[in-house]
Amino acid sequence: MGFLKKLFGGGNAAVQQLPTGTITVDRDGQVVTSTVSSAYPKKLLRDVGRDVLEIFRDARAAQMPLAEVSLHYGSVRLTARELRGGAIIFVFPQTALMPTPTPSRS
Amino acid sequence: MDKRHKILLLDDDADWLALCRDLLADLPSRPEILTATTAKRALALLETESVRLLISDLKMPRIDGLQMLAIVRRQFPDVRTVVLSGLEDEDFRSRAYALGVDLFWLKTEMQRSAKQFNECLESLLGRENEGGFRGIQSKSLMDIIQMECLSRTSTVLRITRGPLVAKLWLQDGELIDAELDGARGEMAFQRLLAWKTGTFENLPPEPQRERTIHKPVNALLLESAQSMDEAENPALETPETAETNSHRKTMWKLSQLTREGAEFVIAIPPEGHGEPEVLGTQNASAMAKWARSTAKIVRRLGERIGAGPLAHVVGQNLERQVVFLQRGDRVFLVGWPPETTEQLPEKSRKLVASWDS
Repeated sequence: MGFLKKLFGGGNAAVQQLPTGTITVDRDGQVVTSTVSSAYPKKLLRDVGRDVLEIFRDARAAQMPLAEVSLHYGSVRLTARELRGGAIIFVFPQTALMPTPTPSRS
Repeated sequence: MDKRHKILLLDDDADWLALCRDLLADLPSRPEILTATTAKRALALLETESVRLLISDLKMPRIDGLQMLAIVRRQFPDVRTVVLSGLEDEDFRSRAYALGVDLFWLKTEMQRSAKQFNECLESLLGRENEGGFRGIQSKSLMDIIQMECLSRTSTVLRITRGPLVAKLWLQDGELIDAELDGARGEMAFQRLLAWKTGTFENLPPEPQRERTIHKPVNALLLESAQSMDEAENPALETPETAETNSHRKTMWKLSQLTREGAEFVIAIPPEGHGEPEVLGTQNASAMAKWARSTAKIVRRLGERIGAGPLAHVVGQNLERQVVFLQRGDRVFLVGWPPETTEQLPEKSRKLVASWDS
C-alpha cells in the first residue's frame, strides 16, 4: 500500500470543480463569508471577488455606477451586487437543459 | 495561427465512439475529437467548447438524434451537423435533412468508404469563411431565389441567420412579399440579399398573403447586385451616393434601436483599431474604456475558474441596464431602460446581428 501511494498518491486531480454558492467580499477584496465548498481553492475565491470589484470600480470611473452585474459563462453564472464598496456574489452552475435560479430583485 | 477544429461525436455506443475516434484521427486537419454518450452531455460540451462539427447518431435513449439536432439548430446555429445512423430508412434521412443537417451517412457506408466520408468532413470543417446557405453550400441567396422562381414554385422561404429570421413569400414563381426584422416589401428583400450565410427551409405556401412587391424578381436582383458591388468597391461610388448610403445606414440603425426599445449601442473595436461606433449616447469613450477593461477581466476570470466561453454580461442600476456582448473582435454595449426585463440578452444579440448585417 505504501509503495502504491508513493507511486500514485503524489499528484492532484487535473479536473477542477466548478464553484457553487455565495461569497461576500469587503471593499479590499477579502472574502468575508462564503458558502462555496471548503474544498474549492481559497485563492480562486479571492480572484473572483477581486475581479468583480474591479468591474464595479471601472464602471464607477466611467460615470456608469452599477448596482448589479451578471457574468454569463457557458458553465457558470456569477451575479454580483454592490454592497458599499464590497459585494455579494452568487455563483450558479449552468446546465444546458434547464434554466438556473435567479436571485430575487427586491 | 493554426487553429484545430473540434468535432463532437455523439452516440450511445461507447465502442462505436472509440472506432469513430480512430477513423477521424486520420483527417488531414487533425481536429480535436470530443465524445459524448448522451445528448445531455453533448449539449453541455456544446455550451463550453467551441465545437465546429457535431456527428450524431439518431437512435438514442431519452433525447433521440432528431430532437438533439432540433435543439442544436436552434441554440447553436453555427455548428455543422452530420447524422451517422444505422437506420436505413429514407424517412429518417429526409427528416434529418429537413432539420437542416449538412450530411447524412449510414454507419455501414461509412466503414466501407471511410476515405470519402473523411473528405466530406474535411470539406465541412473548412467552410468557416465561405459563403453559402446550409443545405445548398456555395450557392448565394440570389441563386436560391432564382432557382425557386424558375421552377415556378409556390412556397414560403424561411431564412435564418443566427438570431435573425426573414421570410420570403413566393407564389407561382413570383416574389410577392418579404419580411425581415419588422421591415416588409422591397426594403426587407434588399437587406436580406446582403446575407452571405444562413439556413433556410421551405414552408407551405400562403396564397392569401398580401402582395407588397410588384417589381419582377430579376429587376430586384439586378438592383441589389449593383448596390452590393458599390458597397464592396467604394471606388465605384460617387461622393453623393456614398453620403446617401451612409445616411441610409445610420437611419436604418436608428430605426432598429427605436423599434427594439434600446437606448444606445456602442460598437467597440480592439484597441488601436479605430474609434467606437456610437448611436444614442454622449458618454461613449468612457463606456468603451469600461467595456475594454471588462473584456479583459471576464476573459481572465473565465480561464481561471474554468467557466467556459463568455455568453454575455448584464449590468444594471436604477437608471438603465447595459448588456455587454462580444462579436468577432468587437465588443458591443447595448443600453436598455430599467423597465425592459424580458429576454434582454436575446434582444441585444438580435440588435447587434442586424446592426452588423
